[in-house]
Amino acid sequence: MAETEGVRRRDFINIAAVSAAGVAGVGIVIPLISQMSASADVLAASSTEIDISAIQPGQAIKAIFRKQPVFVRNLTPKEIEEANAVDASSLRDPQTLAERTKEGKENWLITMGVCTHLGCVPLGAGEGEVKGEFGGYFCPCHGSSYDTAARIRKGPAPSNLEVPEYEFSSDTVVKIG
Amino acid sequence: MSFPWANEYKPNHPFMQWMDEKLPIPRLVYNAVGAGYPVPRNLNYFWNFGFLALICLTIQIVTGIVMAMHYAANTAVAFDTIEQTVRDVNWGWAMRYAHANGASAFFVVIYIHIFRGLYYGSYKAPREMVWLLGVVIFLLMMATAFMGYVLPWGQMSFWGAKVITGLFGAIPFVGEPLQQWLLGGFAPDNAALNRFFSLHYLLPFVIVGVVVLHIWALHIPGSSNPTGVEVKSESDTVPFYPYFIAKDGWAVGAFALLFSIAVFYFPNALGHPDNYIPANPMSTPAHIVPEWYFWPFYAILRAFTQDFFIIPAKLMGVLAMFGAILVWFFLPWLDRSPVRSSNYRPAYKKFFWFGLIPTMAVLFYCGGAPAEEPYVMLSQLAALYYFAHFLIVLPVVSAIEKPLPLPYSITESVLGHDEGSHLRPAHGATEAVHPETAPGHTA
Amino acid sequence: MARILSILVGLFFTVALAWSFGLGFYTWATEPAAETAEHEFHRHPKEVHFASDGAFGKFDKQQLQRGFQVYKEVCSACHSLSHVAFRDLEQLGYSEGQVKAIAAGFQVPGTDQTTGEANSRPGMPTDYFPKPFANDIAARAANNNAVPPDLSLMTKARHDGPAYVYSLLTGYQAQPAELLKKFPDAKTPSGLHYNPYFANLNLAMAPPLTGEGQVEYGAGNPRPTVDQMAKDVSAFLIWTAEPKLEKRKQTGLAVCLFLLFATVLGYMSYRNIWAGKKH
Ligand code: HEM
Ligand code: FES
Repeated sequence: MAETEGVRRRDFINIAAVSAAGVAGVGIVIPLISQMSASADVLAASSTEIDISAIQPGQAIKAIFRKQPVFVRNLTPKEIEEANAVDASSLRDPQTLAERTKEGKENWLITMGVCTHLGCVPLGAGEGEVKGEFGGYFCPCHGSSYDTAARIRKGPAPSNLEVPEYEFSSDTVVKIG
Repeated sequence: MSFPWANEYKPNHPFMQWMDEKLPIPRLVYNAVGAGYPVPRNLNYFWNFGFLALICLTIQIVTGIVMAMHYAANTAVAFDTIEQTVRDVNWGWAMRYAHANGASAFFVVIYIHIFRGLYYGSYKAPREMVWLLGVVIFLLMMATAFMGYVLPWGQMSFWGAKVITGLFGAIPFVGEPLQQWLLGGFAPDNAALNRFFSLHYLLPFVIVGVVVLHIWALHIPGSSNPTGVEVKSESDTVPFYPYFIAKDGWAVGAFALLFSIAVFYFPNALGHPDNYIPANPMSTPAHIVPEWYFWPFYAILRAFTQDFFIIPAKLMGVLAMFGAILVWFFLPWLDRSPVRSSNYRPAYKKFFWFGLIPTMAVLFYCGGAPAEEPYVMLSQLAALYYFAHFLIVLPVVSAIEKPLPLPYSITESVLGHDEGSHLRPAHGATEAVHPETAPGHTA
Repeated sequence: MARILSILVGLFFTVALAWSFGLGFYTWATEPAAETAEHEFHRHPKEVHFASDGAFGKFDKQQLQRGFQVYKEVCSACHSLSHVAFRDLEQLGYSEGQVKAIAAGFQVPGTDQTTGEANSRPGMPTDYFPKPFANDIAARAANNNAVPPDLSLMTKARHDGPAYVYSLLTGYQAQPAELLKKFPDAKTPSGLHYNPYFANLNLAMAPPLTGEGQVEYGAGNPRPTVDQMAKDVSAFLIWTAEPKLEKRKQTGLAVCLFLLFATVLGYMSYRNIWAGKKH
């Protein structure tokens, strides 16, 4: 009786020691994994200010935000009309132009220049680039077409070009992020 | 190899049986660090340091791979990328301090490991190859540590690189072109930094390879032990698992505790403040010293202050510094004593404790001190004994000294008696160190 | 044969060493090394304590803010702090808004968005502290031919760094008459300043902290004496050199306690397994 008690106690200590080694192992692995996630300097909230005074209606520019392109586009009245003519509920990612712009500034379409399919930069913002079937942006990688509100209309991309957080610091300056 | 009484691997589970037929890794593990490897039962704690060295090597490789993910080997940014790692990368500070102090811990462990080999005569037959591979590992470790220290591109990094490659410049005729070839330029710069990074990443894996050979070579005769008497029968050994797994396991815990105290509370104690100053090729720090683990050899280098006949002092220093390590390659043949353990070698033991150990202490101390008197004179005396010890004292004393009587067997030394001891040879005093008698050859 | 060879090699090295030792000893005995002013008058840093010292040490954020103020108003005129970003200042207890305001108070290098020419713009939290001089040549020209070093890592780049910075800032004094008597050639050259805590005694930096009230600390803070300002800026520089100090010590405590527990368990398990096995 006493003998088996002793054996059990000893087994217990051995099991506890091995478990402690296991806990130590997990404790070592956590920092090893975590070191690969974005570092503080990368995560630090950065913002970009863009002067939009020189962008004429029908023109667009590319700016950089978090190491990725942002499209800032001054829509013409015709483009706005085209965008509003579509029944939003019929779209893959239903959104109206108004939902994608700021009140009173419906002509300023500001989106990430990153295709929601696999991340290429769509054409249509640069001078002389094709805008695709729907007059907005066209991604050459796998053929996604976006309309004048940068909504996905055709091709493999699952959603509209993302609208980043931004605000108008003044009538001519936008602050992204 | 193994002793005839070693447990045999017998997998029960069908999957393990299948595995054993296709790729017998479990068998290998079982025979190397499992129940299938008989180990002398009387090993003392000095025999834990080989295992600890393996732990250190692992720490260095793992934290090193992490550091490399955040480092850029370019003189314009190398210093900054390290700082960025410490400041902004998640746990970057812990990785950096663990890697820097890990190098020191590795050398502490290895110096104790080497001390064990020297004191207990582990380098002697039939373990010469284990020892030789060990010396190769030590040289590789020194090269790796030196190149690693250059990577942060601080003041000590830069001037260390310059001075150490300058050693090669002392070699007659080829010295200067050789130094330029090593650096890829006239002075350390991008070319040197990039190749040092490449090699610093490569060499640890070469060390892993040599460590495998080291352990393989050890497993042929099996471990020696504090008496130096070879294993004779089953009662002399215990299986590695569970006995030595448990002993190494708790030693790893104790090591990890000491190591953590250094990393978390004294992370810069062993570093040099000047390496927190970015490299400046136009200004040398007042005292350049290498990392502490190079100090004995640095002291030997600086001990040669006078030309010796036609040999310039600079060349003598370099010869002696490399010679101080190369001499270890010859130990198995310089030591003629039939007895391994210094415990049974009264005369040699005195030279060891009162000669070699104080000598090493002085060399360690003087190597880190400024090149002034009295440190230079002290290192000259110590270096003198260092060479005398291995090249004169050891061969002479080992040939003439009369060793103390050895126990018949490990069992006898532990239990005070051994049933087999009536087989003791007539003059039981000495056990000849002949490869033929090593059990590896009977198995 | 091997033994004879070995003894010959041994003699080669030992005789060469004896030769070096003999000549060295002779020179040392006959020509004692000249004494130098630095050797005799250089002083080790004063004893000084900081809240962040010791195993349980933590930063005194109020003090760090004062130290930052001293850096900003005094040191930043000449010394950069290039490893520190404004966003890091949140660790001193400033709010996001305060950090933005502090950053905006510094001009950092920028690019004119219309012409592409270099200009300067107000700093943002993600920017790093700007350098006061365009390059080393400009720094030298403005500072009596000496380059003011970057301060980010200063407390780790000197032996006993925090105490060293504190001692240096409070250690300016007139050159002792004794020194001049003994070493007439060691007079502090014009443009340099005598300070026994500096390695070669003469420092190109003029005493930066000159009198009480040079920096105005708000209500609830100690009086801004030179001593207090020196201590505060040293504490700030401990933080700039080792911003992860608190996290390091706290993690260390947890790790070490766990390892102590695990090691004791490991030892008990070892004793268990070897129980009854003499060795
Ligand atoms: C990465 C570095 C090294 C590793 C990982 C390593 C590993 C080991 C291990 C695991 C053992 C068996 C356990 C023990 O006896 O402690 C061992 C034994 C040994 N090692 Fe090493 N070692 C290293 C470097 C060296 C060096 C630098 C030397 C000598 C210059 C050396 C000489 C020996 C000898 C002679 C033995 C046999 C000891 C005996 O059985 O009495 N090792 N090593
Ligand atoms: S990435 Fe744009 S369509 Fe595939």
